[in-house]
Amino acid sequence: MSLATATISALRKQLVAGEITAVDIVDALAASISAQDGEIGAYLATNLDDARAQAAAADLSKPLGGIPIALKDNINVLGEQCTCGSKFLAKGYTAPYDAHVTGLLRASGAVLFGRTNLDEFAMGSATENSALKVTRNPHDLSRIPGGSSGGSAAAVAADLAIAALGSDTGGSIRQPASHCGIVGLKPSYGRVSRYGLVAFASSLDQIGPMTKSVEDAALLLQAIAGPDHRDSTCLNVPVPDYSADLHKGVAGMKLGIPKEYFGEGIDAEVRARVQASVKRLEAAGAEIVEISLPHTEHAVATYYIIAPAEASSNLSRFDGIRYGQRAASPADLLDLYKRSREEGFGPEVKRRIILGTYVLSSGYYDAYYTRAQKVRTLIRRDFENAFQQVDAILTPVAPAPARKIGEFADDPLHEYLSDIFTLGPNLAGLCAISVPAGTVTSDTGTELPVGLQILAPHMAESTLLRVAKAAEM
Amino acid sequence: MATEHIDVHHVAGLARLELTEAECAVFQRQLEAILGHAESLAALDVTGIEPTSYPAPVYDVMREDEPRASIPPEAVLANAPDQAQGQIRVPKVIADA
Repeated sequence: MSLATATISALRKQLVAGEITAVDIVDALAASISAQDGEIGAYLATNLDDARAQAAAADLSKPLGGIPIALKDNINVLGEQCTCGSKFLAKGYTAPYDAHVTGLLRASGAVLFGRTNLDEFAMGSATENSALKVTRNPHDLSRIPGGSSGGSAAAVAADLAIAALGSDTGGSIRQPASHCGIVGLKPSYGRVSRYGLVAFASSLDQIGPMTKSVEDAALLLQAIAGPDHRDSTCLNVPVPDYSADLHKGVAGMKLGIPKEYFGEGIDAEVRARVQASVKRLEAAGAEIVEISLPHTEHAVATYYIIAPAEASSNLSRFDGIRYGQRAASPADLLDLYKRSREEGFGPEVKRRIILGTYVLSSGYYDAYYTRAQKVRTLIRRDFENAFQQVDAILTPVAPAPARKIGEFADDPLHEYLSDIFTLGPNLAGLCAISVPAGTVTSDTGTELPVGLQILAPHMAESTLLRVAKAAEM
Repeated sequence: MATEHIDVHHVAGLARLELTEAECAVFQRQLEAILGHAESLAALDVTGIEPTSYPAPVYDVMREDEPRASIPPEAVLANAPDQAQGQIRVPKVIADA
C-alpha cells in the first residue's frame, strides 16, 4: 500500500518510529500525482524538489512534523504564486508574505505541498469557475468535485495529498468534501485567522482542514486555530485539545434533526444515506430530537446578497495598479481599471461583483443589504434557539450527489439554490463538518459519495469532532 | 423590491467593469432571476431586528500602538506591472493645464 493512501495519524506514528522518512511520503505522493493528476486535475502547481527539501529538513518532533499538506490556491505562501484560479493573478503576483495558517503549518513541522485548484476567488460550488483548469471528481471523472475547494477535495480523495486546507464561505469546504467522500471542517467564525487568505466575503470566510479521517481533521485544526493580531476578527479564545474528547462517543448527547433540511428538493437516496447515519448515532446512544430552523428557506437569498456585497468591496483591490492583470495602452486611469478587470475576471466573479455593487448602491442599500443583514440575525437566532435544545444538529450537506460537469452552466440561480444546506452555518458563524455517509449509485454505475453535515455552536469544535467521530463509517 | 430594476450596464460602470454588450445581456437575465428570488425577504417582518454584520462578537479590537515591521517596499514593488523611481507607475491622473 502506498504511503499516499495513509492518514496523518498513521504516518506520524511511522515517522516517529523511524519506519519511514518524510521524503518517502513526498515520493509516494509524487508517484500518485504522476499516475493520476493528469486526468483529475487537482493541482495548479506542485514543486516536488522544494517539497523534498522541506521534508528532508522537517522537525519530526513537531505535531505535524514531516506531513505534507496541500493548500488551496487562495492562501498566500511567501515566494509562491497565489492565483485564486483567476486570470487576474495567473501572471504578475508572487506572494510577498505567508498567510497566518501558512506560518503555523511551517511551525508545526508540516511540508507545504502543492497548490490546489478552486473556483475563481472561491466563488462557486463545482470548481468549474476556475479560469485555469478543470478538476474532475476522482469517483467519476465525468462529474464535478464540488467547490470551491474542489482541488483540495479531489487531491485528498484520490490520494494525491495526505490532507489539505480549503476555505469555506458558504460551503466551499463541506460540499466538495461531501462530493469527494472525505472529511471537511469549517471552523467557527473567528477560530482561524484569515490573514493571508485572499478575501471573498470577510464576515463569512474561514480556512479549514480537508482530510481522510475525523482524527486528522482534529490534528490539522489544532495546528491552525488560535488568535492572530493581524486579523481583528480572529478571537482570542484558548484552543482546547481537539483530540482529547474525540473517542468519548455520543451516548447521552441530544442531536437535532431540522425538519426544513429534509423536505422537498432533496434526492431520495441522499436523504436515505443521511438518515442511516442518524440511525447509527441513535444506536450509539444519542437522543434524536426533531427541531425547526424556520428561516432556512431564506438562507440563499440572504447569503447571495451579503456575500456578493462583501465580495464587490473586497475585489475592488484588483484594479490593475499594484499586481496582477493590467490592460495594455490605457486611455486613462478609469480605462485602465475597467479593462484590467474586464480582462482579468471570469463570468461568475463579474456577476457577483455586479450583484454586490447593486445591493450596496444608493437607493437599494436598505432594501437589499440592510434587510439581508436583519434576516441574517433571524437565521442566527434560529440556531441559537435550536442549541438551547440540542448539542449538535444533523443535516445533509448537498441536496444531491455530484452533478455532471457542464450541467446548469447557464443557470446560476439553480446552482446557488443547491447551497441551501451549507449557507446557514456561515451566516451564523457556527462550526460545521461534512463526514462521509455512504454512496449513491449513478446512472452509469459509478459510486458517488454523500456527506452527513454536523453543526455545532460557535467555538464548540470539540463537540463537533466528537459527533463526527461517532458518525464516521 | 420591484423586479426589472437592475440596469447591468450602469452598475457595471459603478463596479469599474467594462462589459461587452453580450455579457450585459446574459447578466441582465441571470441577475433578474437572482434578484427575483431575493424578493422573498421583503415578505419577512424585520421590525426591530438588529442587523448582523459579523456573526461573532468582535467590537473595537485594540492593540498596543507599537511600530512593527511591514512588508519591505521592494517586495511589494516586485509585483507592480509598471514602476519607476521606487514607485508604482500609473497613467496620468491630472488633466493638462
